[in-house]
Amino acid sequence: MTNGSEYAIKVDHLWKVFTADKKFNFNASDVERYIADGAVAAVRDVSLRIKQGEVFVIMGLSGSGKSTLIRCLTRLIEPSSGKVMINGKDVIHMDSQELTEFRRTEAAMVFQHYGLLPHRTVLENVSFGLKLRGVEVKIRAKKAREVIEKVGLDGWEQHYPAQLSGGMQQRVGIARALVQDTDLLLMDEPFSGLDPLIRREMQDELIRLQNELHKTIVFVTHDISEAVRLGDRMVVMKNGECVQEGRPQDIILNPVDEYVQKFVQDEQRIALMMENRDKKSKVRVLETHTGEKTDRAKVKLGRG
Amino acid sequence: MFPQSFHFHIAPMITDLVKWLLHTCEPAFDAFNDVVLAMLLQIEAGLIIVPWWVWIGLVTILSWQITRHIGKTLTPALLLLTIGVFGLWAVAMETLSVIIVAVIISLTVGIPSGILMAVSERANTWFTPMLDAMQTMPSFVYLIPALMFFGLGKVPAVLATFIYAVPPVQRLTNLGIRQVSESVQEAALAFGATPVQLMREVRLPLALPSILAGVNQTTMMALAMVVICSMIGGGGLGEEVLKAVNQINVGKGFEAGWAIVVLAIVIDRISQGIAQRWDISSKEPSSNQA
Repeated sequence: MTNGSEYAIKVDHLWKVFTADKKFNFNASDVERYIADGAVAAVRDVSLRIKQGEVFVIMGLSGSGKSTLIRCLTRLIEPSSGKVMINGKDVIHMDSQELTEFRRTEAAMVFQHYGLLPHRTVLENVSFGLKLRGVEVKIRAKKAREVIEKVGLDGWEQHYPAQLSGGMQQRVGIARALVQDTDLLLMDEPFSGLDPLIRREMQDELIRLQNELHKTIVFVTHDISEAVRLGDRMVVMKNGECVQEGRPQDIILNPVDEYVQKFVQDEQRIALMMENRDKKSKVRVLETHTGEKTDRAKVKLGRG
Repeated sequence: MFPQSFHFHIAPMITDLVKWLLHTCEPAFDAFNDVVLAMLLQIEAGLIIVPWWVWIGLVTILSWQITRHIGKTLTPALLLLTIGVFGLWAVAMETLSVIIVAVIISLTVGIPSGILMAVSERANTWFTPMLDAMQTMPSFVYLIPALMFFGLGKVPAVLATFIYAVPPVQRLTNLGIRQVSESVQEAALAFGATPVQLMREVRLPLALPSILAGVNQTTMMALAMVVICSMIGGGGLGEEVLKAVNQINVGKGFEAGWAIVVLAIVIDRISQGIAQRWDISSKEPSSNQA
């Protein structure tokens, strides 16, 4: 699991530069020149430490490089330079076979647009990763059914994705990731495409699952309230750089600059309001605040 | 007038080249000739051996399966019946056998090379101008190479038909694979799909409607070309039309033409129907890709 290291993920000086220049060869001293010539640095010199069992939120506006960053972790996008260590393994220097094996067994991902196979049923979609690994049909169906039940989709096994609502499709996406039984779960704006009430419901669901499973989760979002509800720690990204890193409550109360300030101001207002009413610790305040949201989300929602 | 002294003919060189090719590659041409001829004879015998009423029955059952509509089921059967009534049944089966062989060869070449085009940019840049040329050239032109290598008869007819009919399925296979949603492919890669698994589990199944549209197009092109191939001894319904043209026999020409149209309609209906049954677009998410 940890391989003696307390960090599940260590990222050091990670860069991703998109350029049309085929001769581009990353070099920290040259990179500014390339950027001036029209290359785009989606991830700039990012270093992160993510602990085992932690929910780590990457937040930023669209175009801030957060989706590129999470893809660099499993090299769905090839980083230009830097180091990525996951569970003590050097991801950057894996050959294609090792990388395939790594993606199959150590990191599962959930996508904003679900990425489900339209020609496969819910059951087949959930067991897709197991099929890729070559797991026998019966075993994978059994495992898939267990997870489908866990995400509350029992009875829908034989339906096709198009017959499901957005929220349910994302439950399939989550089930497909959970069935992989990996320590690491990467979630790229999984709830951004859902309407606010369903989004709350899904966040609660994720909190519930995390209390049960204790995975290391890297969660990308552009929504500060989502970051506050889910994250143990978070980082705010701007133009590919990490602007501020810390616990959500600390970031809300002490934003380092105007950019972060703008992000957090709504949450801040509520937090301050609550603080005036109840002079307990700041952490306590935030807990009350998120708790209130949970209650609101308990409004019963029909499927579909 | 263009000055005579500027004339320069490459015709003798081409004739020599073909002669040389024929001589050096004789075993290859012979083998191709033998295989195609054997396939043709087998299939034609098979088509003839089955009584006409079985064919009509089969077509009726198939169209019922596809349409579930009495009118649409009976029309193809009645149309086929007219071919027999005009005394053109055997000739139509002859045409059908050439179509079947040409389509089989077109699909075995076209689908894999379409996949290759989708996977490799280099293959794509090589094939695209070739396919463009193949589709722009008048179909008569294909008779020439076929004639050069195989003389007169059904084998050159199959070759000419293959060249004419292969582009749609190759293009639509390529296009279908390239149009598969990036987000689905990315998800498959994230779960550790190898390139082969990605092709087999994701790209090909999602490209299937497009590939089947290509199969339908290829079949229709083959039918059009088979008629033209009567000029190099392809036989079948085309020959009937050709004879009627030579004799200025309008009535006979109409009957043969009618039979060709009937064959086209029936093949088109059935292959489209089968394509629709395989179509997964009905299961495709409609509005989630915001």
